[in-house]
Amino acid sequence: MRNGELYFKAGSEDPSSILAEIYEHLLPAYPKFYKMDQLSKLGWLATEILLGPEFRYKNYPADKVGIVLSNANASLDTDIRYYDTVKDIASPALFVYTLPNIVAGEISIRHRLKGENAFFIFDHFNAGFIQQYVSGLLNNDNLQACICGWVETLGKQLDAALFLVEKTPNAGAVGFTPAIMNQIYQ
Amino acid sequence: MRKGAFIVADNIYSPAGSTTRENFETIIGGGSGVRTHEDISISKTPFVASLIGEGRNGKHFPDSVKGFSRFENLLTLSVQDALRSGNVDPKEEKTLLIISSTKGNISMLESGGDQIAKADAISLVASAKKIAAHFQFQHQPLVISNACISGLLAIITAKRLIESDSYETVVVAGADEITSFIFSGFQSFQALSDTVCRPFDAARKGINLGEGAATIILSGNDKYEGNIRISGGSVRNDANHISGPSRTGEELFLAINSALDEAGLKSSEIEFISAHGTATIYNDEMEAKAISLANLQDVPVNSLKGYFGHTLGAAGIIETIITKQSMLEGLIVPTPGFEESGVSMPLNISNKLRTASITHSLKTASGFGGCNAAITLSR
Repeated sequence: MRNGELYFKAGSEDPSSILAEIYEHLLPAYPKFYKMDQLSKLGWLATEILLGPEFRYKNYPADKVGIVLSNANASLDTDIRYYDTVKDIASPALFVYTLPNIVAGEISIRHRLKGENAFFIFDHFNAGFIQQYVSGLLNNDNLQACICGWVETLGKQLDAALFLVEKTPNAGAVGFTPAIMNQIYQ
Repeated sequence: MRKGAFIVADNIYSPAGSTTRENFETIIGGGSGVRTHEDISISKTPFVASLIGEGRNGKHFPDSVKGFSRFENLLTLSVQDALRSGNVDPKEEKTLLIISSTKGNISMLESGGDQIAKADAISLVASAKKIAAHFQFQHQPLVISNACISGLLAIITAKRLIESDSYETVVVAGADEITSFIFSGFQSFQALSDTVCRPFDAARKGINLGEGAATIILSGNDKYEGNIRISGGSVRNDANHISGPSRTGEELFLAINSALDEAGLKSSEIEFISAHGTATIYNDEMEAKAISLANLQDVPVNSLKGYFGHTLGAAGIIETIITKQSMLEGLIVPTPGFEESGVSMPLNISNKLRTASITHSLKTASGFGGCNAAITLSR
């Protein structure tokens, strides 16, 4: 879903096939995508859809765009995969993804975003806290725009809801309130 | 809006001591928690690290809480001492607990079986809730897991929540255990040193991992006016590589600059820097460049990794507390292992204990995912 409209419907049921299908649909020519873990793929694709092609023309200074993300199980999905390799030869390529904030690093690299980062762990999507924290960063001019929300994957589950919040209101933008965020998330 | 947050009380629980004072005395006396260990539950071969002896293999801590994991007990011991020494009541309405950790209860994966079924027990939220309930905090705790800047980011977040008047007092506690999960990962990166690490030295060859828990209690209450305060704090991302730091140091420099701006400080007012200084080739080089870009190359700088190892989610908190203690006592703790500079930019670094009068200092950290954090401490 993008801005309330169905963006793409994947035919697969398995999480990695769903992510591959979305990637093929977007065709962004970004071979690094295939090296990412499931959490990074999910957050990265959600950001591609969220920002669309318009965002880069806004020319925000790199360090004025931030990323504030959250989920419930951190990087457990990849932790389990990584720990399976330890018995034989521990995989450095997987180990680097055993931290939840790596997805923010991948999004930063893709879109050249150098502003504030934070990764919070909540047992559910805490729109109230995210709204309060990001508003603080925008209000004190630490940021002019922020990608924020929820990115979760564990086993068969994929669950992401990202929001682009800008200090200068855009035509067609909705208000940045916990109620609206929750409505969109559901 | 308020500016800054006062440090009310703190604790460091590490192999070097179980209070801040014990830890500070150990390190200024030339002691360290880092030594050679043989523990096949962590590594098949002997290794150099800073490990807490208690609580492993069923041997309990002095005040173990029933039903708490070793990770949760470590945090509890640290929080308990900080609350007691600061005479802070966790039941107060405007008091929040923030937990900082990179891997929490990850050791639970090591027993095998249905791993996904363990998700709830491994979750950092579960640990944070247990600790919050134990001390009767009135609000749900906040959990931060942002690689090696977790501790500094937790302090920055606490400061922001105090400045916006969301809370009056925030108890920030961080910890990580060294388990086979973490050890094997750093080993697979060939990032570990087989001797005590040597930050910024020409012969440095990697990090030592360390276990520890630390707690810092911050408050916006004017009754603590006169205490050292967190005056600025900022985070920036390299947008360059997920496991290698920036080649220019530009983004850590941006974080430093932004923290100084927030504190209303000029770089010439900084009198001491506590660096991340992991003793990897690339981290130390990047930090030296960032310090130079910030025009801080003449300011005394140290790294504490030779005393505590890299304590991951606790590192930023432990090193902030030692910085505060250095300011109070007018002592700059040496950087053990440093002999000859091995970075391309000049730094004012020493392996000797030095005295200094410090009004403003800077603490930095960087981590996987390209994240960089900087905070300033002011009298």
